[in-house]
Amino acid sequence: MNVKLTLNSVAKSFGDNRVLRDISLTISTGEVVSFIGASGSGKTTLLRCINLLETVDSGSILLDGADITAVGLDANPIRRRIGIVFQSFNLFPHLSIRRNVTLALTEVLGKSADDANETASSLLARFGLSDKIDSYPDRLSGGQQQRVAIARALALNPEVLLLDEITSALDPELVGEVLDVVRELKGSGITLLLATHEMGFAREISDRVCFLAEGVVAEAGLPEQIFSQPTDPRTQQFLQRVIAAGRLRG
Amino acid sequence: MPRWDRVKKSFFDWERLTDSFPRLLDAFVLDIKIFAWTTPCILIVAVLIAIARSTRTPALFPVRIFVIAYTDIMRGVPVILWIYLVGFGVPGIGLERPWNSPLIWGSVALGMTYSAYVAEVFRAGIESVHESQRAAARSLGLSSSQTMRHVILPQAIRRVVPPLMNDMVSLQKDVALVSLIGPIEILRQAGIDKAKFANFTPFVGAALIFLAITIPLTRLTDWLLTRERDRTGASKIR
Repeated sequence: MNVKLTLNSVAKSFGDNRVLRDISLTISTGEVVSFIGASGSGKTTLLRCINLLETVDSGSILLDGADITAVGLDANPIRRRIGIVFQSFNLFPHLSIRRNVTLALTEVLGKSADDANETASSLLARFGLSDKIDSYPDRLSGGQQQRVAIARALALNPEVLLLDEITSALDPELVGEVLDVVRELKGSGITLLLATHEMGFAREISDRVCFLAEGVVAEAGLPEQIFSQPTDPRTQQFLQRVIAAGRLRG
Repeated sequence: MPRWDRVKKSFFDWERLTDSFPRLLDAFVLDIKIFAWTTPCILIVAVLIAIARSTRTPALFPVRIFVIAYTDIMRGVPVILWIYLVGFGVPGIGLERPWNSPLIWGSVALGMTYSAYVAEVFRAGIESVHESQRAAARSLGLSSSQTMRHVILPQAIRRVVPPLMNDMVSLQKDVALVSLIGPIEILRQAGIDKAKFANFTPFVGAALIFLAITIPLTRLTDWLLTRERDRTGASKIR
């Protein structure tokens, strides 16, 4: 397996709050890695650092062996290769669904409107959204909006896709349709990094699960091992709480 | 009210009104013209100022300082003073005709002050667009200027249309201030007729003409506000 992404001692603070202390990880091409952990454990910050929406304080992130956190690097070409889907969808409310998907295609990749529309149509059809193509985001359900957001990120054909708690803002009955889309992506060659509270889903889809606590990877391993035989006391405690809350079958 | 008859005679004289009205309307065309050419200039300059103020590029720090100083100075002095200073001052440096006209420079002064006010409206709109929109756009590889153009500005402008209309109603009235440096627009025409008749009725006529424009504009503003509130779905608390 080729190494797609390498994190070397990544650290990030917001003021006095050291959100990420020392994160080191190697992620292979096509791998699906889930980040679990309590709120505030740094899952979202980690994903935002990888997408360069946040700058790391120290350490480095390598994409295909090239340091993408080097000072003075143009972030835009790198961001095209690393898509991100946000918890709150963040669709552009003033643009149609079609235009939400095609905006980066025409403006960033310089594709013709016809090419871009074709890409958008086929992506939206793939996610069952063909009939919504001329609607505006406000008219869609949360689950539909999130699927559009995934289509928007995928339109650029990214090598890595970051999914930042993409079902946390959804009504329970809408979670399934979004997770189905993610299932479909697995095995397509794209490298997936998820921050999630959906423990059952993390267990099912992940090649590897990383438990984040206090700004470090407290424990990482196969899903079976993390969920069934966690060794770190913090992981054990976290999973007990999750089970108590009914979010995972014990 | 023993004085009412006198007031009625000097302010509400029907004959004087009908006599003066056509001249007032003619003069009002100039007000409309000044309004028509200053408005697009104001909107364009104001958007540019607002963008300059909202930019985060460190290299553009001097530009930011400049536009902050500009808006502070323009807003800190009464409009009428700027009209005097620019309207009389610039032609005074010896420009050739027609560029030495106080009419031109008076309107420029009006445009300069209003662009500073309107820029603040646009800036408020830009800042009201949530940071997550910027994050979404940047994450797709859009540059900061593409993000401004395609994502931030269109949303910002939609939100500020109602307050913008408010400023436009104001501008429509303040055009009359340009008369103070010479051009014969409606207020000045009313002053001339007042002097001729020794009667204030022409001023009432001018007021009626202004109302005929500003009231529909104000109603339109209210309607836009209501529509915007309905669209964003914020329900009224009773």
